[in-house]
Amino acid sequence: MANKLILEVVTPSRQVVSDEVDLATAPGTDGVFGVMANHAPLLATLQIGEMHYEKDGEVVRLAVSGGFCEVSNNRMTILAEAAERSEEIDIDRALRAKERAERRLQEAEARKAEIDLARAKAAMTRALVRLKIAQQKQS
Amino acid sequence: MASLKDIQLKIVGVKKTEQITKAMNMVAAAKLRGAQSRMEEFRPYAEKFGSVMGELAGGTNPASFPLMEIRENIKKVALVIVTSDRGLCGAFNANIINASEKFFASQSEKGRQTAAICIGRKGSSYFEKSPVEVIYKMTDCMADIQMFNAKQVGQKLIQLFLDGVIDEAHVIYGRFINVAVQKPAIRRLLPISQEGLEEGAEAEKEGPTAAYIYEPEPEAILNQLMPMFINVQIMHAMLETGASEQAARMTAMDNATRACKDMIENLTLAYNKARQGAITTELMDIVGGAEALKG
Repeated sequence: MANKLILEVVTPSRQVVSDEVDLATAPGTDGVFGVMANHAPLLATLQIGEMHYEKDGEVVRLAVSGGFCEVSNNRMTILAEAAERSEEIDIDRALRAKERAERRLQEAEARKAEIDLARAKAAMTRALVRLKIAQQKQS
Repeated sequence: MASLKDIQLKIVGVKKTEQITKAMNMVAAAKLRGAQSRMEEFRPYAEKFGSVMGELAGGTNPASFPLMEIRENIKKVALVIVTSDRGLCGAFNANIINASEKFFASQSEKGRQTAAICIGRKGSSYFEKSPVEVIYKMTDCMADIQMFNAKQVGQKLIQLFLDGVIDEAHVIYGRFINVAVQKPAIRRLLPISQEGLEEGAEAEKEGPTAAYIYEPEPEAILNQLMPMFINVQIMHAMLETGASEQAARMTAMDNATRACKDMIENLTLAYNKARQGAITTELMDIVGGAEALKG
């Protein structure tokens, strides 16, 4: 058997992925990184973004937000606050979230409320990532 | 003695109550299954989180993290009280409230001020009427427990701690031991204790762990993960209370149904006695009348 990496993506409400994969990438705080089998132990925090993994030539994309990633003993565990496969993403909801975030962004800028601004920006990024991944699937 | 009609009405009433408690028992049983599975689904996440935190905190200096700062002069202690939104679950909420009161009393003895943060309507409505200060409350969130609810409370707590409003924070919740037993349990949330973290790491040691590559530095990772760790603990407390609530309601309703059955039995007995008594008096009247005619 070729060397495989066990990938687990866990969120507070469910286990999203539990599979043997050839390659996985994740959006680290310091930049996107890729992990293959027999990777050295690694612990990294994640930012809101897109991750994907490859299994037998098939690519699966997911939107993840927040959390961290641990690699040890050929096992990669991603603990995210939320994670969705591309086909699970509700495009309407993401679009609504984007509009809401746009509105909040303007409001926060007008009031110079930094916390609100940061929150609105994070919401915006989440919505954009979801939309991007969902649309990639369709095209 | 109550009349036949009165007893009959009472029996009908108790029977209706029995129907309701029986239905509530079944609903609680179904909800318990859901709540329990949510609790179990959350467990791997919480355990992993704890073990990684322990791993990280092991080699670092606690003094360098504001959320781990143990303050010498503790002026104010906050208690996050997680209760259910709804009643009719026996002494479940009362137990949590009593344990909270005890906690407050012991803190006051040490000359510390106390404050409550209430999750769940039962606790909020009680503590709003009591002299204890309620800093923050969140109700109607126990039916559908979501991470962002826990996050809201966690953020509030961290802000209060960093602003120096509170010097310590604990959480009290209904710990789910099994379907029959739920006990209030208290855990310290802030400052995050190193021992608590390392305990988590011990639990999941599988062979020698090699040195990790950290990205970014361990300190930066910890700073990012600590607030999330608080959220995870609050979430855990909420999920446990949620499951305990349903289990407590199930037992309470089961007891109520049984009490109803007992009552119906006693009332039926009383009814039959009264009916028999009425027949006897009637017979006596007839016999007496017949005797009188004969004479």
